[in-house]
Amino acid sequence: MRTLNTSSLDHLAVGAALLGAGGGGDPYIGKLLASWAIETYGSPQIVDPSEVPDDALCVMTGSMGAPTVAIERLPGGDELHLALLALERYLGKSITHLVGMEIGGINSMLPIASAARSGLPLVDCDGMGRAFPELQMCTPSLFGILASPMVIADAKGNTVVIDSADNHTAEKMARLITIEMGAVSYIALYPQSGKSLKESMIPRTLAFAENIGAVIAHARAKKVDPLAALLEVTRGVRLFEGKITDVDRRTVHGFARGVVSLSGIGPDTGSTLKVKFQNENLIAEYNGIIVATVPDLICFIEPSTGTPMTTEELRYGLRAAVIGIPCDSRWRTDSGLQLVGPKYFGYDLTYTPIENFVKPT
Amino acid sequence: MSIRIGVDVGGTNTDAVAFDGKKLLALIKTPTTADVISGVTLAIGQIVNQAKLDVSSVSAVMVGTTHFTNAIVEAKHLLPTAIVRLCGRSTRALPPMRDWPPFLRDIIGGEIFLLNGGHEFDGRLIEKLDLDEIDQTIKRIGELQLQTVAISSVFSPVNACHEKEVSERFSVLLPNVAVSISSEIGRIGLLERENATILNACLRGIADKMIAALNNSIRDLGIEASLFISQNDGTLMSAEYTNRYPIATFASGPTNSMRGAAFLSGQTDCAVIDIGGTTSDIGILRAGFPREASSAVNVGGVRTNFRMPDVHSIGVGGGSIIRTDSGLSVGPDSVGFRIRTEALVFGGSTLTATDLAVAAGRADVGDRSLVAHLDQGMVRDALELIRQKIGTALDAMMTTPEPIPVVLVGGGHIICGDDIPNTSATIRPNNLEVANAVGAAIAQVGSQVDRIVPITPDNRNQAIEQIRHETIARCISAGAIPQSVSIIEIEEVPLAYLPSNSIRIRMRAVGDLDFVK
Repeated sequence: MRTLNTSSLDHLAVGAALLGAGGGGDPYIGKLLASWAIETYGSPQIVDPSEVPDDALCVMTGSMGAPTVAIERLPGGDELHLALLALERYLGKSITHLVGMEIGGINSMLPIASAARSGLPLVDCDGMGRAFPELQMCTPSLFGILASPMVIADAKGNTVVIDSADNHTAEKMARLITIEMGAVSYIALYPQSGKSLKESMIPRTLAFAENIGAVIAHARAKKVDPLAALLEVTRGVRLFEGKITDVDRRTVHGFARGVVSLSGIGPDTGSTLKVKFQNENLIAEYNGIIVATVPDLICFIEPSTGTPMTTEELRYGLRAAVIGIPCDSRWRTDSGLQLVGPKYFGYDLTYTPIENFVKPT
Repeated sequence: MSIRIGVDVGGTNTDAVAFDGKKLLALIKTPTTADVISGVTLAIGQIVNQAKLDVSSVSAVMVGTTHFTNAIVEAKHLLPTAIVRLCGRSTRALPPMRDWPPFLRDIIGGEIFLLNGGHEFDGRLIEKLDLDEIDQTIKRIGELQLQTVAISSVFSPVNACHEKEVSERFSVLLPNVAVSISSEIGRIGLLERENATILNACLRGIADKMIAALNNSIRDLGIEASLFISQNDGTLMSAEYTNRYPIATFASGPTNSMRGAAFLSGQTDCAVIDIGGTTSDIGILRAGFPREASSAVNVGGVRTNFRMPDVHSIGVGGGSIIRTDSGLSVGPDSVGFRIRTEALVFGGSTLTATDLAVAAGRADVGDRSLVAHLDQGMVRDALELIRQKIGTALDAMMTTPEPIPVVLVGGGHIICGDDIPNTSATIRPNNLEVANAVGAAIAQVGSQVDRIVPITPDNRNQAIEQIRHETIARCISAGAIPQSVSIIEIEEVPLAYLPSNSIRIRMRAVGDLDFVK
């Protein structure tokens, strides 16, 4: 059990931006929110999954919607608290623990704020280990755990209970309600026991993200190569270093899809890398040959500072290092790949774990 | 005759130029004074004498100044500000000024009011305005004797009616309080826009004084012409408008030098490198205007998102110190304004980038014999290092792989050769040392609209057309001759993670200044 302070939030924000794999929204607003909640209500207790009793009632919290709206209609601060109260009324039981939905991007911070606000302990784990665009893309889905009953809430005090038969349907209904709620909503979902949490959730991702941020800050302070330090802490693979030569964006069904092209510098001089994205980075091709695919993480980093770069900020002329980070092993199972593998995103290819790819020479 | 006088107040020098139409009549450089005004008065007086101007023929005086930026950075002469946010129950977890530097928050943060109001992204209401609550708030601000107020409303770039209604209520109940509204200042991103509005509000007092002093000083010189101030997008605002929007002057210096470079070289789409004593500022001109920064811009430790030129500065300039002891290095430290005593060619003892340019025979500054002893191999290597640094920085600013022309301005241009990689031409225009004052003198007026609109295949063109009309109307009301107004930039950004097809559109227009107005 531990608590959080402001400097751990700073590190966490950097790590969460990296684990967003290009998407997930900028954690800046989330960090302000978490620091407000900690100042106002005190730091939540962060507990290890092994400390959670088997009969605990654990609930995921997060937000969904458009990051562009999230930077304008900021949270009121009570949304997730109201969502939890409504879920308790519906379940007729008290929630004992909160867990994170998505460690990548802005959703890394919301559970911290909601745990501080509600006074519940936060379990150090999440349901993605990265960022994904849809709410059924959480590891509990692989263990037959329903997102429902879930509650979706807004700042005006509206709460809606969704009790759907499957998680894809929950996603579709929640997305529609989110638009009605002004394109950003706050959700409490995947109620589950402490026993199932230990199996279904990805453990210690808060500590992991915080550690990533600390390693980058340390490398910067010591003026050593942040990339090498980053690869070590993430067990990552260096894919490429180059200059962005093109960013081709278009919107398909509300998702920002596109391709980033880079031309190599340093050891990659003469080579090219193409990264295909749909909010998050999905596929990396080195000289036309695939070297990384979703659900492994493909991340852009500013090479001199180690600062993670989201797809929104990529533009022609920027220097970037691209690394691959292995995803959680739960995603590498057949059912995991069915839910979040390359085929789900429209690419007809077989997933190969990033550490098994051989980069062409 | 229609004479324009352009003045640029920099950190070191106050430069002035006089134009008759497009003809440069005279230019002068004078030292910047601590009070700014006396230096400007001196510069204008000298330019009138030098060009033997008939003061009655002067039709406009344009001034670019860093005065207001410095006021924020030094936290001097700032007014305590009432801060009103119209938000209903939303946004309350992140009240205004939360992540400001504490000393600045203590000086500026008068009182914060979170009130009912605000809109959703598609223009629906978050909450109606509560008129009683607003009147009570205004009464309280009166009791606190605050002289300036910053008003922001959620999604006011989409619908500004709440901000405007509250502003009108202030003008009825507290007509002497200066009102700044966020929809006129920043774009989407509530905290950053609100921050910019607060910075603007706290500058209203100093803006009043500064504009009055500038007006007095040109009147004392016998000039009856209107006074205009440079904005950071390369356009002008009237003195009256500057009183209301002093923040729009931030970073007008680099913008003026880029615009001046465009004018002096005849280029409209190019890169501009302004090489000073300590840094090189690199920017990109599109259609004659600087490209804007797309991300948050930090002013005195405060995150803001109002329009600013996208300028990349690197620590390479005419005074950059060259070291050879442990490997060759250039800068980032510089002898700065002491170059005239410290550089080798001026009899000093520090090897600077200017000394390299003289030793290589590129320039004739100071006493060339004082650098004759330098090893030619070292000189060549160090100049190559400068070329690489400038080339790499320039490359990072370009948005297409095609080579573009580069225009060099500023006194330090001699340290940069004609062989910058990936450029189609290197242009060193005449009078490049006063490019910033030229930029002030030739500026036009402009406008911008930034909005999220729902789009269907049927209404896309209609929506864009509506925004085009509004952008042009704003430009005309800012003082442009209607026939001269043109749209110079349209940017469409789709909104992610939403199945509805909403897009965010930013549009900018410029036009020639109507002197009659």
